[in-house]
Amino acid sequence: MQYLLLIYDDEKRWANMTEGDMQKGMEAYNAFGEEFAGKIKTGDALQPTHTATTVRMREGKRLTTDGPYAETKEALGGYYLIDANDLDEAIAIAGKIPGALTGAIEVRPIMTFE
Amino acid sequence: MTAIEDVFRSEWGRLLAALIHLLGDFDVAEEALQEAFAAAVTEWAGEVPRNPRAWLYGTARHKAIDRLRRRARFAEKQAEIAYLAPSMTSDNMEDADESGVPDERLRLIFTCCHPSLAEDAQVALTLRTLCGLSTEEIARAFLVPTATMAQRLVRAKAKIRGAGIPYRVPPASELPERLSVVMAVIYLVFNEGYAAASGAALVRHDLCAEAIRLARVLRALMPLAQLNAQLDALLALMLLHDARRLTRVDDNGEMVLLADQQRSRWDRAEIDEGRKLLHGSLRRSRPGTYALEAAIAAVHADALIAADTDWKQIAAIYERLYALHPTPIVALNHAVAVSMSDGPGAALPLVDALSDSLADYHLWHATRADVLRRLGRVEEAADSYRHAYELSGNEAERRFLMRRVRELARGT
Repeated sequence: MQYLLLIYDDEKRWANMTEGDMQKGMEAYNAFGEEFAGKIKTGDALQPTHTATTVRMREGKRLTTDGPYAETKEALGGYYLIDANDLDEAIAIAGKIPGALTGAIEVRPIMTFE
Repeated sequence: MTAIEDVFRSEWGRLLAALIHLLGDFDVAEEALQEAFAAAVTEWAGEVPRNPRAWLYGTARHKAIDRLRRRARFAEKQAEIAYLAPSMTSDNMEDADESGVPDERLRLIFTCCHPSLAEDAQVALTLRTLCGLSTEEIARAFLVPTATMAQRLVRAKAKIRGAGIPYRVPPASELPERLSVVMAVIYLVFNEGYAAASGAALVRHDLCAEAIRLARVLRALMPLAQLNAQLDALLALMLLHDARRLTRVDDNGEMVLLADQQRSRWDRAEIDEGRKLLHGSLRRSRPGTYALEAAIAAVHADALIAADTDWKQIAAIYERLYALHPTPIVALNHAVAVSMSDGPGAALPLVDALSDSLADYHLWHATRADVLRRLGRVEEAADSYRHAYELSGNEAERRFLMRRVRELARGT
């Protein structure tokens, strides 16, 4: 099965990091990526929520607003799409994402249409 | 109980667990097993075959194959049958006893109590699948409409399927965490039956019996000794409490306090078994919360009359329990024990210290009322009893509290 692992974390943490800590943070993600290279289909980090635009279509009119869909302390900052045998394996991999140590990982099974 | 009901009660969970493993689908397995029991009602004609488990398993298996064939023909998905067929004819089933039905209940209980399911869903699913309680029965036991409970079960099964919750016993590294979830579910079922917040008493006691039965099954099937110590403590705790069930409510349905219960009617067999399990558990590992709670129940069971109760020891155990599990309820129970060992004067400050956290809890008011009554502060006591009365949802308890208020008014 495929699962999307959504990484939620405090953006300020990354923004306020020293160069050295940033380096360590990146290394941790690289190590994770290597360990689970066989399971990860794709994955990305996202630019901070202040770069986000939210779009709605209402009665034929497009409404765009500045900022993310929901303003929360811990924001979506990245994701991995993985292949796992079952939810337990997906949970185990989610627990290894460095962001799990400070933020939270939401595990979402991908819908399949037959 | 008819012979078939008997078989249903003892075999449902085991048969369903095996069928889910075979068929890979909760709903197909459940429907097939229901059809097999329906067939048994007509075909057994009151006479149970020599091996009812094997009969029911074989019948349900055929019903399921028929169903899947129809579905496969309909959807032209022959692959499904091809996939199922070999395992259905092979004889090399693991763990199978003379009935030919492997015992897969551990897989089932760990799947039902998966931490990614909500607690109320874990409880409902466990009672439905392992205990065979109907949706109506579970709904009645938990005081929710049948439709709500039905939806809860449908959603839980959909999540197992949709999210890919595996049907297996977790690996050893995850077992402690996962077992504690299973034990929490079992204890919740027991407490729902024992506390009887309201509702029909008969259904309620069934819940206690089911929880004890689940713990026994789990205990029989779990391999690891270290974990069994906690499980033994949980089973001991439930048995030691269940032993009092006949004496907790009198013939008129009135609640009877522990001090006033007719101790000769406590179930000695359950007490002996509980005590033995508890001692075994304490020998093997440091006591956890279940063991400490069981130890308190055992101290009560040791006293043949209420006046002989060793309240000093109970207060000491509550202190240890508080160290592991620092909740206001444990602190309140500790205060009650202190009121018995050192007197109401020593307990009142302990009770009052909990006023913020337990202001909405009827037993806090009832405890405070009792302490004040014993200190001779009658009017304050009556006030507290009234608060407790207003907050309690249990009819027997409300009648008891009203009785206390009237006794205080009469000065008895």
